[in-house]
Amino acid sequence: MSVAPVSQQSLADRLDAINEFDREPVPPDRLQGPGSFMGLFAGEHLAGTEFVIGPLFVAHGVAALDLVLGLLVGNLLAVLSWAFITAPIATRTRLNLYWHLRKITGPNLLFVYNIVNALMFCFLAGSMISVAATAVGLPFGMAMPKLNDVYPNSVGWVLVVFLVGIAVTALAILGFQKIAAAGQVASPWMFMVFVAAAVAVLPKLGVTSVGDFWRVASERIWTGVPAHGVAKFSFWHIMFFAWFCNMAMHIGMADMTVLRYAKRWQYGFLSACGMYLGHFVAWLASGILCAAALGDVAPGPIAYLGAGVTGVVCVVIASWTTANPTLYRAGMALQTISPNWKRWKVTLAAGAVTTAAAIFPALMMRLLDFVALYGLILMPMGAVIFADYWLLPKLGLRQRYAEWKSVLFSWPAALTWVITLVACWVINAVWGLGIFFLGLPGWFIATVLYMGLSAIQQPARAEV
Amino acid sequence: MRTALKLISFAGLGLTVVPSFLVFVGRITWDTHAALMLVGTVLWFASAPFWMLETKPRA
Repeated sequence: MSVAPVSQQSLADRLDAINEFDREPVPPDRLQGPGSFMGLFAGEHLAGTEFVIGPLFVAHGVAALDLVLGLLVGNLLAVLSWAFITAPIATRTRLNLYWHLRKITGPNLLFVYNIVNALMFCFLAGSMISVAATAVGLPFGMAMPKLNDVYPNSVGWVLVVFLVGIAVTALAILGFQKIAAAGQVASPWMFMVFVAAAVAVLPKLGVTSVGDFWRVASERIWTGVPAHGVAKFSFWHIMFFAWFCNMAMHIGMADMTVLRYAKRWQYGFLSACGMYLGHFVAWLASGILCAAALGDVAPGPIAYLGAGVTGVVCVVIASWTTANPTLYRAGMALQTISPNWKRWKVTLAAGAVTTAAAIFPALMMRLLDFVALYGLILMPMGAVIFADYWLLPKLGLRQRYAEWKSVLFSWPAALTWVITLVACWVINAVWGLGIFFLGLPGWFIATVLYMGLSAIQQPARAEV
Repeated sequence: MRTALKLISFAGLGLTVVPSFLVFVGRITWDTHAALMLVGTVLWFASAPFWMLETKPRA
């Protein structure tokens, strides 16, 4: 069998080659039970980022009651989003995000989506390299970055980030599967480390009995007073952040790739395992550690304060097991740009970009904003999938029009994506609505836009 | 063998988390807690991969 030279392959062929084993719907014999999803969600939402997010809430001066209520409600809304938006479409199509979106957007727009996604992955992996560097540099007395630092504060920081970046990139090239397995094994232990580290520092904060906790929490941990130079967070900030920090996964539909294996759509509710262990208990725990460290937000030192060497090891493992698969996925997506390059070269390039970004501590210290932006940028495509699946048939319009018409670039989807993001920017600039909140109006804008633009694209109402 | 490995793993998890509560109630020092956590960590990673990664591949 002859194979066309890579350089002569079309963009669609190159993109498809990367996903060649995932084109078909999941067969019934490969569907999985609820236990797999409980473990999967719990593991995925207990990562290095949790060491940063809890302290940043403390720095932003959220009050204890606002934090607890905000997390309870926001995480509930996230679970409902997985259950009622992602899982029903995933279990009906049984396709991953890539193949389902390709049918709607056409391969060329999907290419653009992949590149944007890859860049987001690079920055996310970069923040994890920064987190790991705060642990690796600890024994060497490295000066830790501060909350408002944008640029590197020492040569030592640059060197440690560089070394960690090399290690993470090398592992992403050499042993992604092993690192992914290590992450799976580490999850239950990491949860215990979070809990233990927080409990062990409670006496330092003046908590000597369970009855003391709420008083100390309100007066010494989540005091309602922000650190100098940062905005104060309310219940609404916490609620919307908890809801939308994984917006790319639920409303953005990326977790179709996982939930297509679910026997029933109700397995979407099992995301509660990740939300309430990782995004509730772990965030509270890391916030307690931050307060015990007198407001220090660098993950390495605060983990050491609570759990000693084990805490430092936990920060490194949590960061690496997040950064490696993320970098690997970024490399896969970027390979579509340069098909003549081997996978290892592309991953090396992605690692270089990632490490360069990680040198700037702002990436870690502004993680809340970055995570919100990441979800917001990818959200419109989730709205397009939702509208295509549920709403277009009700308007008498054809679903998956690009596939039906063999369209390479769906302009309604492209315009929906761009106009939605511009509209969110305008809402932010004109009305001052913060980035955490933009996903909600943005989703409705994207949904309505896609329906309207699809109606223009399909003038003669096609059979559905 | 698998049961023994699981027992070692759960003992490791116990050593990771229980000492912190003993620090909280003032029964052991923070240094002891940190040392026991490290032992628990070693036990967990020395045993858990052998039974956790045997389970069927996940999604």
